[in-house]
Amino acid sequence: MMGTIFGIPPQALFGQLLLGLINGSFYALLSLGLAVIFGMLNVINFAHGALYMMGAFVAWLLLNQLGIGYWWALLLAPLIVGAFGAVLEKTLLSRLYKLDHLYGLLLTFGLALIVEGAFRHQYGVSGQPYPIPAELSGGRNLGFMFLPNYRGWVVVASLIVCISTWIAIEKTKLGAYLRAATENPVLVQAFGINVPRMVTLTYAFGVALAGLAGVLAAPIYQVSPLMGSHLIIVVFAVVVIGGMGSILGAVLTGYGLGLLEGLTKVFYPEASNIVVFVIMAVVLMVKPAGLFGRER
Amino acid sequence: MSLHSQSSGRASAQAAGAPATAGLTLARVGALVVLAGLLAVPFLLYPVFLMKVLCFALFACAFNLLIGFGGLLSFGHAAFFGSAAYVTAHAVKVWGWSPELGILLGTLAAALLGLVFGIIAIRRQGIYFAMITLALSQMVYFLALQLPFTHGEDGIQAVPRGVLFGVFDLNNPLEMYYTVLGVFLIGFFIIWRAVHSPFGQVLKAIRENEARAISLGYRTDRYKLLAFVLSATLAGLAGGTKAIVFQLATLTDVTWQMSGEVVLMTLLGGMGTLTGPVIGAALVVTLENYLAATSLPVPVVIGCIFVVCVLVFRRGIAGEIAARFGKQSRNV
Amino acid sequence: MIARLLAGAALAALTIGVMSAGPAMAQQGKLSGDTVKIGVLNDRSGLYADLGGEGSAIAARMAAEEFGNKILGKPIEIITADHQNKPDIGSNLARQWIDQDGVDAIVDVPNSGVALAVQEVTKEKKKIFLMEGPATSRLTGDACSPTGFHWAYDTRALAVGTGQAIVKEGGDSWFFITADYAFGHQLEADTSAEVKKAGGKIVGSVKAPLNTADFSSFLLQAQASGAKIVGLANAGGDTITSIKQSSEFGLTQSGQQKLAGLLIFLSDVHALGLQVAQDLVLTTGFYWDRDDETRAWSKKFFDRYGKMPTMVQAGSYSAVRHYLKAIEAAGTDDGLTVAAKMKEMPVNDMFAKNGTILPNGRMVHDMYLARVKKPSESKGAWDYYQILRTIPGKEAFATFEESGCKLPK
Repeated sequence: MMGTIFGIPPQALFGQLLLGLINGSFYALLSLGLAVIFGMLNVINFAHGALYMMGAFVAWLLLNQLGIGYWWALLLAPLIVGAFGAVLEKTLLSRLYKLDHLYGLLLTFGLALIVEGAFRHQYGVSGQPYPIPAELSGGRNLGFMFLPNYRGWVVVASLIVCISTWIAIEKTKLGAYLRAATENPVLVQAFGINVPRMVTLTYAFGVALAGLAGVLAAPIYQVSPLMGSHLIIVVFAVVVIGGMGSILGAVLTGYGLGLLEGLTKVFYPEASNIVVFVIMAVVLMVKPAGLFGRER
Repeated sequence: MSLHSQSSGRASAQAAGAPATAGLTLARVGALVVLAGLLAVPFLLYPVFLMKVLCFALFACAFNLLIGFGGLLSFGHAAFFGSAAYVTAHAVKVWGWSPELGILLGTLAAALLGLVFGIIAIRRQGIYFAMITLALSQMVYFLALQLPFTHGEDGIQAVPRGVLFGVFDLNNPLEMYYTVLGVFLIGFFIIWRAVHSPFGQVLKAIRENEARAISLGYRTDRYKLLAFVLSATLAGLAGGTKAIVFQLATLTDVTWQMSGEVVLMTLLGGMGTLTGPVIGAALVVTLENYLAATSLPVPVVIGCIFVVCVLVFRRGIAGEIAARFGKQSRNV
Repeated sequence: MIARLLAGAALAALTIGVMSAGPAMAQQGKLSGDTVKIGVLNDRSGLYADLGGEGSAIAARMAAEEFGNKILGKPIEIITADHQNKPDIGSNLARQWIDQDGVDAIVDVPNSGVALAVQEVTKEKKKIFLMEGPATSRLTGDACSPTGFHWAYDTRALAVGTGQAIVKEGGDSWFFITADYAFGHQLEADTSAEVKKAGGKIVGSVKAPLNTADFSSFLLQAQASGAKIVGLANAGGDTITSIKQSSEFGLTQSGQQKLAGLLIFLSDVHALGLQVAQDLVLTTGFYWDRDDETRAWSKKFFDRYGKMPTMVQAGSYSAVRHYLKAIEAAGTDDGLTVAAKMKEMPVNDMFAKNGTILPNGRMVHDMYLARVKKPSESKGAWDYYQILRTIPGKEAFATFEESGCKLPK
């Protein structure tokens, strides 16, 4: 047998860390979307979990109704979910910008219930299986654990998406407008930029990220109407810990907390579900604005 | 179906509807009529259903104390409601406590939990406050899922209703109903007193303009914390009572959906009004009861009500009524 | 202020009055003897919907139809509801059914946690409770009821069947992945007892919440434990997910570890497919392809439901049929009287031969140890099991004395 690290067999340690990283990939993708939306709209999108679920269902429906496979779904599902988000923003959310931001939270909470309830009514709560694409089936033995190829792909894909989004927002002209509009929408409007459209597109982009995460999750978690509802609260905690000020903060905190959860599973599995919330409480006591946040 | 239901509907409509038009001079008489109506309804309607309405009405009133008068939206009130239910159920079932002591302990537990939540959450405002309370309550959910005494998915079952003060046998539906009614009235009275006390006035001042309240020398954090703890305590009172009524404490009571439900009740009935949450709770519980017998999906309907309320009906039912008849009632 | 308060209170009372008067009157308008009302209460949308669900309702209706939908000259009515695997919803529904709708018997109730809650209600109200879906042996043990009947199987029978058989084949060190509620705990406890009795040892266990989406971290713990057998003390959708993911993580590839599904229904095998499920050893109370009688009944069931019956669904038929026969014999639908009659009469139908009912409500009948066929062995659709051994009822189920039930004998 191999040796141990802190009395834990290395295969358990690295295995759980890797699983944590996979979970962290989903946290990062979802909290990134939330952060982008919040930055522009000042709305906490409670429907984010429901739209993540919707992304998975769109992929499942594409496959089962139209025979469209995983790779196309990876492109189409986020577009469909994004378009749906744009409609929501134009017809409903946009009416609330002048009011207390809490109404945005309440509205999206209602939307989450509707979307989740509708899918639940149609498909029941048990998961629908979604096959792993043939190119990524099987796995490889890493020595310390057997890593299914697909889960490896999830980590890589989420890293690519998170990094390119960060670059797009921090380093491009469009991103500069976006950041400027967040700070001072009136001024940006005066420069001749269509701020309402930018708001709509931002919301669409944010929820498209959730849709993308849904497609990535479909082969792992099965496609179930309730898949988003527990995840979203954890992601909220991630967002509070990271602080709402920075995109980078959202992403880093997402991965970091995934890893931390994995570690907890090794050393004290009973606490793995609550560790994120405990950390949230501690961070709030020490740094109320969050790790990367600014006081507004 | 028809005859009896109509007559009972009409009877309670008369019993309770009259004072609405009776005006101010008859206020006291009206209060007595409402009370008489509340005392009489269990003879007309299924008592378990009424008790559920009363428990949720108290829960919603407690929640409303925070949002309506303190301007703080807690999205984690299920934690207080549910954990009080667990503690009460455990005390009564396992330790063999009497129902009144059990409920008291549950309420105390909720108050303590409220203190902890409050200390952490009031550091932030607005959306952050909502998200922090939500996340903390989710932690309570996971604790309820894993702690041994809560029995995970099974919950604490077969909680004996027991004998109140050694006199009233709560296994009798009527005695149970009047107990719940008593608890509700006590809770409601506390809230009424709190809102009309100097404390309530300061809370409202903080809600309107916190910076101004601070500049006037109020330590607003303390007021907010006190309001939070009071709200949590009363939510716990409702939860503990519910555990005795249904003889169960389960995970349903600590889910975030439950927190959302109480937000809806208050929003629908009217935030910041005293009776709004009661109306909202009655409507939502009735609606859920009604929907359960149909094939309509409950969450979708609830979600639609949510959206409609937020978009066009933000004052809620009681708020709309108050706005219509505002001039008359403002003077009272 | 007071006027506003009153207006609000009035409105609240009004809404309660108008909207809820309907159900309330049903309670008063119906005499209990007018009809025999049977409520099928189960998971109709979740992870246990396939093993019971609408199929159990159909089976109950098939039993009622054998009586011409009439008993003692009065109609038999069958209603259904979804308990969503929540004990509070289940017990509220049961209470409301009995108080308001005049339901005489409740059928199925998979999910032991919900069943325990419903048993409390039926015990208090003295109504018949016919359990096919739930597994925990506590239902006829410390939580027994004079009007409760546990029909198709229980955790002890599963442990005796599968647990013993696997230890005999050399699987003598176990790690459990356990569904974290009444059923899983009991199944783990009962199986551990049998494994130890047969000379095996338990190296560890982990509790997974009901309806877990991702078993990967639990599977890693199982792998790290080095146990020869990974016992799945879960059911329905959870079993399916955990078996699938263990093949994703190559759990059985090394050949050092084997999966043991402790409760596997025909519907699970159907969902997994023989390629994945082949060679699983399982214990069941019923298999459709056992003899001519079971084939004939199952064919009828299949024509209406499109799937072959699980032991839960077949058991629902058997239990409802026996219940109706007892009403006929007793001449009343009074709960305690009918319960006593049911216990007097032997159970003889396509489900059970000479089944007997113990004083705690345990219906004792033969169980079957089966192996899932390889795809090459299966001759057609639904040809899934090879019966390895018939486990006599007396061996499979605990005696009344062993059960720990405190009812008078």
